[in-house]
Amino acid sequence: MGIAAGYLSLVVLIPLAALAWQALGGGWGVFWAQVTTPEAVAALRLTVEVTTVAVLINGVMGTLIAWVLVRDRFPGRALIDVLLDLPFALPTIVAGLTLLSLYGADGPFGVNVAYTDTGITLALIFVTLPFSVRAVQPVLEALDRDMEDAAASLGAGQFTIARRIVLPNLIPAILSGIGLAFSRALGEFGAVVLIAGNLPFKTETAPVYIFGQIENDNPQGAAAVAVVLLVGSLVLLMAFGLLESWVSRHGR
Amino acid sequence: MTITVSDINKRFREHVALDNVSLEVPRGSLTALLGPSGSGKSTLLRIIAGLEVPDSGEVCIDGVDVTSWRPQRRGIGFVFQHYAAFKHMTVRNNIGFALSIRRRPKAEIRARVDELLCLVRLEGLGDRYPSQLSGGQRQRMALARALAAEPAVLLLDEPFGALDARVRAELRRSLRELHEQTEVTTVLVTHDQEEAMDVADRIAVMDHAQIRQVGPPKELYDEPSTSFVMEFFGAVNRLGDALVRPHDLKLQRTPNGMTQAASVRRLVHFGFGVRAELVQETGATLTAQLGADEADQLDLVVGDRVFVAARRERVFLEGEGI
Amino acid sequence: MAAKLGLRTVVLAYLGVVLIGPLAFVFSSAFRDGVGPVWDAVSTPDAVSALKLTLLTAAIAVPANTVFGVLTALVLTRRRFPGRSLLGALVDLPLALSPVVVGLALVLVWGQNGWFGGWAIRHGISVIFSVPGIVLATIVVSLPFVTRELVPVLRELGVEQQEAAATLGANGFQTVWRITLPAVRHGLAYGVVLTTARVIGEYGAVAVVSGDIAGQSQTMTLYVQDRFQAFDLVGAYSAAVVLALISVATVAVLRLVNRRGNP
Repeated sequence: MGIAAGYLSLVVLIPLAALAWQALGGGWGVFWAQVTTPEAVAALRLTVEVTTVAVLINGVMGTLIAWVLVRDRFPGRALIDVLLDLPFALPTIVAGLTLLSLYGADGPFGVNVAYTDTGITLALIFVTLPFSVRAVQPVLEALDRDMEDAAASLGAGQFTIARRIVLPNLIPAILSGIGLAFSRALGEFGAVVLIAGNLPFKTETAPVYIFGQIENDNPQGAAAVAVVLLVGSLVLLMAFGLLESWVSRHGR
Repeated sequence: MTITVSDINKRFREHVALDNVSLEVPRGSLTALLGPSGSGKSTLLRIIAGLEVPDSGEVCIDGVDVTSWRPQRRGIGFVFQHYAAFKHMTVRNNIGFALSIRRRPKAEIRARVDELLCLVRLEGLGDRYPSQLSGGQRQRMALARALAAEPAVLLLDEPFGALDARVRAELRRSLRELHEQTEVTTVLVTHDQEEAMDVADRIAVMDHAQIRQVGPPKELYDEPSTSFVMEFFGAVNRLGDALVRPHDLKLQRTPNGMTQAASVRRLVHFGFGVRAELVQETGATLTAQLGADEADQLDLVVGDRVFVAARRERVFLEGEGI
Repeated sequence: MAAKLGLRTVVLAYLGVVLIGPLAFVFSSAFRDGVGPVWDAVSTPDAVSALKLTLLTAAIAVPANTVFGVLTALVLTRRRFPGRSLLGALVDLPLALSPVVVGLALVLVWGQNGWFGGWAIRHGISVIFSVPGIVLATIVVSLPFVTRELVPVLRELGVEQQEAAATLGANGFQTVWRITLPAVRHGLAYGVVLTTARVIGEYGAVAVVSGDIAGQSQTMTLYVQDRFQAFDLVGAYSAAVVLALISVATVAVLRLVNRRGNP
């Protein structure tokens, strides 16, 4: 118990404390000033926008992918199931590099999303792809088919069954996947930094901004935005957690 | 080893599990802790084992106060209801575990495990895994495992509860035989009175965190100290204030001053006797167990009017248990 | 039927663009001119150095976090105590942290002007801009995985086997080593593999902490970025391929462990 606590403090608590101190130690005024510089604001806004878009797309597509993986049979299905684990394991910088080379200026498809929001969104989709799928898949697999059979016997068509019987049972899992994806995407750095080009006010996300501020020897600015990002991430996780349990309880 | 438990109290948050419980378990006996769920019997067993710590009171094994001792030191063997098999080890390694912890030489362990496999009739299954055994076999393995280090005390927590009726009966017999061979002081927790009567030398009947009566099975059956104990050990008829066993209900065709009237509602014929279900004018029902001869003599038919009296009865004063 | 086909097509197209395409592309562009250039690129002294550093980091971070993870999981599942949820939340915290933020926090503690930094430098221990810093950063970001995998498995295991071991004479350590851990070995293996993957793939935190000097404090991930900046695309892709191969191996091992653990 003691060892665990000691290790934990050294590794997590003390650095966090230092972060908070740096950000807030100079007083609320300094903190606020650092957080409201035009560049910081632009970075934070961009981060929230692209993350929201990416996560929502993933929420929808992730559910569809899970559906196809669980309910459909076609050659290569098992392979795709395995491939979905890769974004978990692949280094973010490698992901960024491959996305840039495929969809950037010299890409084979003539599509160029480097230096654009779309590029960033694409990178975020890649790294968070498994979250929604893996959250929904087990729930879908364990779902009691009797419910659907009952609905069919009562006259409901395929779409109706999917929409009114299956989907409501998946919502807690979908929410959980989105929450996790959100938290991950907000802080994403490696996958984004190459494809974004990091143009301040245009394609600079908050993590990239923080990195820049460290390089430019402005630890206070970096720490301030870092704290905002961290708090946002935690609040989101909690909010989605609460939403998920509320839905679970009222859905029964 | 005698086990002495004195003034044990234990509560889990709001629930009182044991209320001033004391018990003596004589050396070499097989004592059953018998009672309905929630009566505290498992808690008492676990306190004897050292798996729970009492709020107050003492546990002594052979005169030594072991209340503060961890289970490892107490020299006990414990058998769990759901076997608690070490799933990742073979049967052999399960059984030999206690000896391996005590760093006995491999040859010695091997010999002892072989001996035990024979004793519990699992020869040839030593290299299997618990998942490859049936429930009954797993429990026999658990028994062997508990006995491996020759404990002074053997404790069993509803060991046959998870098994089906036939296997249960077999294992009961095995346990009795084992006990006669090893003579280890044994305490068995069960909610099944038939099991307790079949297997135990002494039974402690528990109810609502207290021990109601302790004694040999016959004593508990013939001389219950409370109506709870009497009703726990078999069907009971109420005739006024008295409690009467079905086989103590005497039926006759003619009244005398002591009898009550009833009519026959149903007759169930077993080979060795007849069960007569009777109904009184008040609507109260009685069950009488008649021997074959007695039944022949009476020659009953459904609807007959009969008169009942008690050959033997027990009356309990008010407030003497529920 | 048409709906099913349509859905399948949509999903496959999406995955093609977002997942399969990029994965296939990294391999094809690296090996465009054959294996030779790739091999040359990854055998340069800097590349080898980077690989060594990555492996060294893994050799320290993974065992450290495994021991911590096992201890913490045991503590969290044994019994209730005040602060139990706090402990659980703190362990999970690195999941919510951007790697860059982790790097920043460590610099604030161990950097030149950091809380302990001055003390460290005076005693000849350099953390930031060198290997200890990289290892520390990697430890932080990969902290939660073993614990998160073990906690549900330990809960499901229950206490009976441990109680049985106690009655048979085993002390605390013997019980954990011979009974508890073997019983949860699949969950443990899974957690260890996840931790290893995270450790090898870490970029953001080490980018902040390392100073990024080639041949000295560059991990493989930093090396990829370095080669990219230097317009050495072959070098970058080759290193990326090595990392991608490690990831694929990791996923394969994960699958295997999963299958063994859930028969």
